[in-house]
Amino acid sequence: MKKLQILKKGFLDVIPLAIPVIPFGIIYGVIAIEIGLSPLVAFCMSFIIFAGSSQIAFAQLFSAGASPLVMISSVAVINSRHFLYGAVLSQYLNKLNCYWKILLGYLMTDQAFSVSLSYFKKNYKKKNAHFHMLGSGFTLWFLWQLSTLAGIILGNIVPEQLGLTFAIPLTFLSLIISELRKKDHLIVIAVSGLASLALYDFPFKIYIIVSAFLALGVSYILITKFKKF
Amino acid sequence: MIWFWVLIAGVVTFLTRYSMITFINPKTLSKTLKEVLKYVPSAVFPAIIFPAIFLDQRGYFLDSSSPQIWGFVIAVVFGYFFNNIILTITSGLVSFWMFTFFFN
Repeated sequence: MKKLQILKKGFLDVIPLAIPVIPFGIIYGVIAIEIGLSPLVAFCMSFIIFAGSSQIAFAQLFSAGASPLVMISSVAVINSRHFLYGAVLSQYLNKLNCYWKILLGYLMTDQAFSVSLSYFKKNYKKKNAHFHMLGSGFTLWFLWQLSTLAGIILGNIVPEQLGLTFAIPLTFLSLIISELRKKDHLIVIAVSGLASLALYDFPFKIYIIVSAFLALGVSYILITKFKKF
Repeated sequence: MIWFWVLIAGVVTFLTRYSMITFINPKTLSKTLKEVLKYVPSAVFPAIIFPAIFLDQRGYFLDSSSPQIWGFVIAVVFGYFFNNIILTITSGLVSFWMFTFFFN
């Protein structure tokens, strides 16, 4: 297949997963303005950080007066799932040159990972298979920029009384909603949530990162003691 | 100052994406660690969700009749049964507005 065809395939494959990203981007834009970021900072975050949940967490922590160390480490923990994606993708991407790796690394998202991985698995012998991830990744990137911009514009219009900051916890809830059906995840969720309530008064908003590590410790115990490989 | 930290956050995010493709031999990532990484969203997000729902800005527990707790409960119920991201958010927001409107 020609490069352009593979690129187009990546675009088409990611579209169903990219549609829900649009309201998510709009919510980010509105929230960022609502909690007091400048429109320029809010927009630039979308291509400097380019990770929805991290951007929302970063903006929220910033407006709550968290220490920079807490902001950055929270972003790092939220994004640590990318290690997993990179490790899985590397077997298909390790022959590419440095520029391609930087570009595809930057464009790596949950959605692009999931559709391009299944393409790579079926087409790993094809020479230009990586164009699929360029297609899926760029589509998502473009929609994210566009939808956050729409949200930023909207954020200047919608009245504060709507209480849209309530959309922050709802958005994060929606991202783990499918895990509520799994017992092991429910335990991890409960540990993290209860710990965050107990540790809330600790300085510098450190409760997020401490609760996350406590919960990850519990997940480690669950895996090593109760799951068999 | 915020620009500086946005840049750092961007670099950190990029490195989580890029490092495994390039620097590190993926085989060094143990099976257990890979399993633990799958729990990251369930371990991080509740720590953002719970205080935002149950505590006020000073860190005190909200009254159980407060609209955001009920909005949250409805979002969980809708999300659980329909397993849909957008429906989770909209059902929570709409019920939050309804509770605010009727009870305040």
